[in-house]
Amino acid sequence: MKVQFSDISMRFGAMDVLQDVTISVEEGEFLCIVGPSGCGKSTLLNIAGGFLSPVMGTVTIDGDPVTGPDRRRIFVFQERGVFPWLTVEGNIGFGLFDLPDEERQRRVAQYVHLVGLEGFEKAYPRELSGGMKQRVEVARALAVNPDVLFLDEPFGALDSITRLQMRSELLRIWRAARKTVLFVTHDIDESVQLADRVVVMSARPGRIRRVVEIDIAHPRDLSSRRYIELRDLIFGEIGLAHQV
Amino acid sequence: MKNVTMQRPMQHAASNIEHSTFEKFALPLLTVAVIIATWSAAVEFSGTKIFPSPIAVASAIGTLGEKSLLWRYIADSLTRVFAGYAVAIVAGIPLGFLLGWNASLARAVNPLIQMLRPISPLAWMPLAVIWFGVSNAAPIFLIFLASFFPIVVAAMNGVRNVPPMYLQAGRNFGLSTWQLMIRVVIPAVLPRIIVGLRLAFGIAWVVLVAAEMIAVDSGLGYLIIDARNAGKRYDLVVAGMLLIGVIGLLLDTGIRRVEEWISE
Repeated sequence: MKVQFSDISMRFGAMDVLQDVTISVEEGEFLCIVGPSGCGKSTLLNIAGGFLSPVMGTVTIDGDPVTGPDRRRIFVFQERGVFPWLTVEGNIGFGLFDLPDEERQRRVAQYVHLVGLEGFEKAYPRELSGGMKQRVEVARALAVNPDVLFLDEPFGALDSITRLQMRSELLRIWRAARKTVLFVTHDIDESVQLADRVVVMSARPGRIRRVVEIDIAHPRDLSSRRYIELRDLIFGEIGLAHQV
Repeated sequence: MKNVTMQRPMQHAASNIEHSTFEKFALPLLTVAVIIATWSAAVEFSGTKIFPSPIAVASAIGTLGEKSLLWRYIADSLTRVFAGYAVAIVAGIPLGFLLGWNASLARAVNPLIQMLRPISPLAWMPLAVIWFGVSNAAPIFLIFLASFFPIVVAAMNGVRNVPPMYLQAGRNFGLSTWQLMIRVVIPAVLPRIIVGLRLAFGIAWVVLVAAEMIAVDSGLGYLIIDARNAGKRYDLVVAGMLLIGVIGLLLDTGIRRVEEWISE
């Protein structure tokens, strides 16, 4: 068991946000959390990241309770989390300040390569597209070699074509780096394309409605019968008829 | 292929620059020429004995230059403005950071700052004379007051408005509060602070004339007051005004350059 959420409840003021959430995440697993907006899925991720403390319950990682942020588990935001005053290199090397120069440069080059940003090392974020900035964020997170990545709707601000490309990029990187990934999204298709398991949450206060195992091998065929079955199952679970 | 894509935007940029340098210098100069001509004609036709013609002002500046008074006055004024402004930066930026970072401290101190801020530095003149007497310190104090509050407020708001995501990311990578300040907060607020510094400098320069009305006997502000009091020399008054305007413009341009360079 890598990450264990046990009976997490959260309240902001008088508003109950999460109720009795229990999830176990395996080492190396890709877990998606989906739910209607405001269901507390981002809050859940922030609790796991150590940025918020729940009013009840605990999160343990490798058996140790989470008490604060830690560089062994990195939070990835939408691409707006990239530091605009640093170059691509500067951003990717941001968390490597305690390494000697040579080692840091080697590591930065390695992750620039991993996310395919060769040639843009000296570029500033404002010179990059949304998708490239998102790669910088992912590389910055991976460069410190964390064992868990938390992604909070990381592709939400990208256009739909870039989003699709970034999904397969992320899967490629995930397979190469073998991290445990917790991925929050409100996009059901996205969750079925990416996850090993999808946790479906109810509207606020967020509870777990169902955990759906996505038993389709990668690369996934998005028009296969099983894909559509699982997607419709989740749509139904959230209470959406799959019609416009 | 690479060459083609590299060259085209550069050619564009070059022609843009040529176009704008012409407009940047020729048009303002044209405006100045028209104003001077109108001014000259107005003095000529009205036959005024009080208001000086452009030529009289130019020769007044020339006379000041010959007596080497001009450079001394400019140097004295600049020294005072930079001294007051420097103290305001040294005191104002750390205070602004502290208030921006610590919300309860800001709640305690901010009302006082907002109350002191609208008081014109000129209102402090009597107190400045009592406290600092007949010395350079009195006008420096007024210039300090003029630039201090805008700097504090710019730094405070800058720190307050650092996107929380940046701080969260910084903490996530294991930075201590001190490291977070140096590596995240300062670079994030720098562009805003530079804008605040430029505005503050503008105010400081405006206050110069009033600040030099008291306690000193040199400087561009003094030149204006003295020229009026000692013999109604309006050619020198206007000369002083023009010098303040032109030097102010040059300094503002300089700070803008720094601003552009930092936000690069």
